[in-house]
Amino acid sequence: MCPPPPAPAIDASGIARRFGVTWVLRGIDLHLAAGEVLGLLGANGTGKSTFLRIVGTLLRPHAGTVRVFGKDVLKDADAVRELVAFMAHTPGLYDNLTARENLRFAAAMLDREDNDVDAVLERVGLLDVGNETVRAFSSGMQRRLAIGRLLLARPRLLLLDEPYSNLDQSGIELMNAIISEHADSGGAAIVVVHEIAPAAEVLDRTLTIAGGRIAERAENHDRTLIPFAASDR
Amino acid sequence: MSLQRDWRRARAIAWKDLTAERRSKAGFNAVTSLAITILVLFGFALGPDTSAVRAAAPGVIWLAALFAGVLAFNRSYQSELDGGALEQLVLYPGSRKAIYAGKLLANFVFVALMLAVVIVAGIILFQVVIPNEWPALLAIILFGTIGLVTLGTFYAAMSSRSRAREVLLPLLLFPMLVPVLLAAMEATKALLGGNMMGDAGVWIRLLIVFDVVFLAATFLAFEAVIEV
Repeated sequence: MCPPPPAPAIDASGIARRFGVTWVLRGIDLHLAAGEVLGLLGANGTGKSTFLRIVGTLLRPHAGTVRVFGKDVLKDADAVRELVAFMAHTPGLYDNLTARENLRFAAAMLDREDNDVDAVLERVGLLDVGNETVRAFSSGMQRRLAIGRLLLARPRLLLLDEPYSNLDQSGIELMNAIISEHADSGGAAIVVVHEIAPAAEVLDRTLTIAGGRIAERAENHDRTLIPFAASDR
Repeated sequence: MSLQRDWRRARAIAWKDLTAERRSKAGFNAVTSLAITILVLFGFALGPDTSAVRAAAPGVIWLAALFAGVLAFNRSYQSELDGGALEQLVLYPGSRKAIYAGKLLANFVFVALMLAVVIVAGIILFQVVIPNEWPALLAIILFGTIGLVTLGTFYAAMSSRSRAREVLLPLLLFPMLVPVLLAAMEATKALLGGNMMGDAGVWIRLLIVFDVVFLAATFLAFEAVIEV
């Protein structure tokens, strides 16, 4: 008897969400396999971040279902939170705490060991400034610290909303290295980007959202985006 | 195991809030200054009659704590809203009760410290004579603070996502706090009036009942308040 196939990283069907009377998402179907990295493209206000927030349990959809590694985001939200890490536009850090304290706090909330904190600070290039308050950090340094929090979380699904903003070239390389390692180890990722260039080397395929629906699909064979007309599944 | 994890999370939140507050100091200084200003203004309003001022002291001190407390409760979620930290906070796995417990703990320490300063100032300004039963006075302060902080932390979470949260919080909080404040004021008044065995005891028991009911209800309801 064959074992059941592994649950997909994301299995979303008919996702719709409105804000007030405006429908931002009008029925998104998306299937993401473990080990896959998907780029989500689209103009401002087309619902890319909204979709990410629905998958991350930060927003409830008004219609449709989403399962993350087989767990329903509405019925089993806490189990989903164990599986995902979300990096938003804003770093979500505490200005009056040091970089080390911010990560220690995240470690406590994630039930991780404090010992991991210094290794993470070193990985993101902030070990030397670990005892400085985040208030004194540049936007790029704050971004790096937010990346460090992702490393602490050790999730199975990464949800990255414009992760390259404010990062310099070495920061972009760090972000891509983390995404690649994550995918190689069987994790999946959705990366919301406005420009494909910084993420081109890590994306397996892209979806473009327009008018609340998926308007375009492309495979990233040999890191050259090829439009893909067939169903997402 | 789960309880241990939740307790670790609650402690982490309380530590984070208090460390951030200790570094900035702006919140504590502003809130305590406001409370003392309210005491002074009430003192002017009541006039030079020592007995009238002394009789009004319990009510004035608790009202000063209430008004200043509203600022403190708003601030406790403001740090989460700055830079989008609230989203990260609710994204961490685990019981939402741990978030509430952590916020409650931090607010309790903050308000208790503020109240300590306010009570000393109130005793001096209103020429209050400290009774022999001062441990009972401490108990009233403890239970009154628990009630104030419980409802303040809960309603601050409820109003935190609203743009009009500074207005919304007092509108929600003040009516709900009437029983706690009434019991705390009456218990303090009875105790300062030397009626420990009679009215003060009844009001203290009532205050404990309010605390237990509000603590249980807010812990149960917090998940619905903080969820998106």
